[in-house]
Amino acid sequence: MSTESIAWPRPQAQPVPLVAQLHQWVTTVDHKRLGILYIAYALLFLAIGGLEAIIMRIQLIRPHNDFVSPQVFNRMFTMHGTTMIFFVAMPVMFGFANYLIPLMIGARDMAFPRLNAFSFWMTAFGGLFLYFSFLGGDGLFGDGSAPDVGWFAYAPLTSKTFSRGHSTDFWILSLLVSGFGSIGTSINIIATVLCMRCRGMTLGKMPLFAWLNITMAGLVILAVSPLTAAQLMLLVDRYLGGHFFDTQAGGSAVMWMHFFWVFGHPEVYVLVIPTFAFASEIIPVFSRKAIFGYPIMVAATVCIGFISMSVWAHHMFTVGMSSAANTFFVLSTMAISVPTGIKIFNWLATIWGGEIHFKTPMLFCIAFLFQFLIAGLTGVMLSAAPFNWQLSGSYFVVAHFHYVIVGAILFTLFGAFYYWFPKMSGRMYSEPLGKLHFWLFLIGFHLTFDFMHIPGILGMPRRIYTYEPGRGWDTWNLIVTIGTFFQAAGVLVFLGNLVWSYFRGKVAGSDPWDAWTLEWSTTSPPPEYNFATLPEVASRCPLWDLKHPEDPDWQYE
Amino acid sequence: MSALSTTIPHSETSWKLPARGPVAMYCLIAAEAAIFTIFVVAYIFYIGKSLSGPQPKDVLRVPIFFTVCLLSSSLTIHFAVNLLRSGKVRSFALWWFFTFALGAIFLAGTANEWRHLIYDEGLTIQTNLFGTTYYSLVGLHAFHVTVGLLAFAAVIIFTFLGTLGEQHAERVEVLSMYWHFVDVVWVVVFIVVYIIGR
Repeated sequence: MSTESIAWPRPQAQPVPLVAQLHQWVTTVDHKRLGILYIAYALLFLAIGGLEAIIMRIQLIRPHNDFVSPQVFNRMFTMHGTTMIFFVAMPVMFGFANYLIPLMIGARDMAFPRLNAFSFWMTAFGGLFLYFSFLGGDGLFGDGSAPDVGWFAYAPLTSKTFSRGHSTDFWILSLLVSGFGSIGTSINIIATVLCMRCRGMTLGKMPLFAWLNITMAGLVILAVSPLTAAQLMLLVDRYLGGHFFDTQAGGSAVMWMHFFWVFGHPEVYVLVIPTFAFASEIIPVFSRKAIFGYPIMVAATVCIGFISMSVWAHHMFTVGMSSAANTFFVLSTMAISVPTGIKIFNWLATIWGGEIHFKTPMLFCIAFLFQFLIAGLTGVMLSAAPFNWQLSGSYFVVAHFHYVIVGAILFTLFGAFYYWFPKMSGRMYSEPLGKLHFWLFLIGFHLTFDFMHIPGILGMPRRIYTYEPGRGWDTWNLIVTIGTFFQAAGVLVFLGNLVWSYFRGKVAGSDPWDAWTLEWSTTSPPPEYNFATLPEVASRCPLWDLKHPEDPDWQYE
Repeated sequence: MSALSTTIPHSETSWKLPARGPVAMYCLIAAEAAIFTIFVVAYIFYIGKSLSGPQPKDVLRVPIFFTVCLLSSSLTIHFAVNLLRSGKVRSFALWWFFTFALGAIFLAGTANEWRHLIYDEGLTIQTNLFGTTYYSLVGLHAFHVTVGLLAFAAVIIFTFLGTLGEQHAERVEVLSMYWHFVDVVWVVVFIVVYIIGR
């Protein structure tokens, strides 16, 4: 059995020399290669950002710890947040969108292949630039300093007076550059979905993945652009002596908060909507049922997209806005849980009565449903302004948004990795290792982020580098730190699984999951042209129609 | 498994999708509009909040002539694209050059206005909030005009080389969409800076 699986029929053409191979990767405009570049790049930064989190947790493992200095701690939380949002989560979503959308809609590439390559290299350059600050922040001959102003970089901390040297400039410019990349990719995604669909694939017959990603791309265009504008203003302030956020000259620091969160809150949905897309593809296949309520899912997604742009100031209740503004943002924030709840019920209804296969991707998606619900509930708690006044800026908030970003987004992302790994590599992953990863990560996640709520309620503020003993925070912090080691172990198992399976995994074949969307109709990995003849579809499940010509899906839509 | 041929009994209806050029340009315009919105909001929010002079009503003169130039360039580019679509490359070149010239006059007007403000009135980007917001907003718009003019210049070069033809009408039209957007932004900037702000 194992010898059979290792005999993978590779064409025995003469091997391409390494330099030529690298040259092909650097100059590629193929959406699949760029997708893999995005994903590999994000995984690299996931490891770096995770390491920064572990450094912070070691520092906080007991009171009065001196593992790192306060200055280094400030750099760690700034770099951790910035890295995870801009150089892990966004690129990895773009990677999957790049790889899968043309395959799912039956196209041979994205609408603008060269724009695609340009956008990737802009993002890649932005990430490298940010990390160069460790060397160049104070100039190569000073001791380097990474940005330390926090990932939302509130004014006036970012002014020349309080942030000397160039660390903040590295932060501004790297986000500006990678922002251009994000906008370019989003334009590309929208143009691809609208203009490149195969014959018969009307908007109502697209896979939900395409629908959700076009919503994400629209949000990126409308959310990242304000950040770009705000970064430009900050550059004017720092380099040209402007006064946008200079309170000494009549400028407003609250203005920066508004501008940042006009970006910052839709950004959460930029990250979570693609994970909804993963879940909407994985859950039906492993429940052996078509997705429940397709039109409602589309409507709820677009609805989330719109509402998410009117909730930003719930990050700012403690700033002291008028009570009318507070009321508006409380209500709009609570309103967004309605379409989100609709989606959860639709996934549950998809699972209900299905023939459930508990493979690793499905396990991650079930954990996602459970954890996303809890994250949503603490979200509703925090959306109430009086409650928020009590807990804003505490570890309760940190626990809440990590429940969203790790518990929902990262879990589904791992599921997506396992689900599409056979398509991208041509090999099956190891199921036992996948399950080991799942359980290690699940235990680690709950140890860390369940117990992180408690010191928050007990009053522990975020971003402190150490704390006094005897406040009742000690044990909770110890448990939280122990959890991170479980998570790190899980991620190591995951990376090991990817590498091992790539070389030694069973040959997957083109359709290992007996799935229904078009990417499974071509070989694994797909040829450069994707489809020898462009497909034509008549329903949302074109492969089902092919496999079951006696009972095609289009009869029911 | 690749033998799974994806042929499904299909209808012979026509299958037409939107062209990707205009779709992408609409997306870019949406992104640009968001950027300008932030700058306009900042401008409006900071009206009258400068702690020291000069104030807008003391130094700003309404650039009516240059505004007329820029807005009429939207008309000339529209004519130019129509001419190219019907294959009249020479008349296209003429109208295209008019567009370029009108844009260039507008840019010269902005430059002259800045020269006046900086040297005669002593208003720089560092002077006060008005200076910061004014130069940022008007400068951002002028930057977009400059980008448009560079693209126009490229088209003019291709016209002289004789490589531009009817088949490029769609691409030139995408460029004209950008230019219309730059003009609309100027209408907003004009109202905010020269009418409300004064």
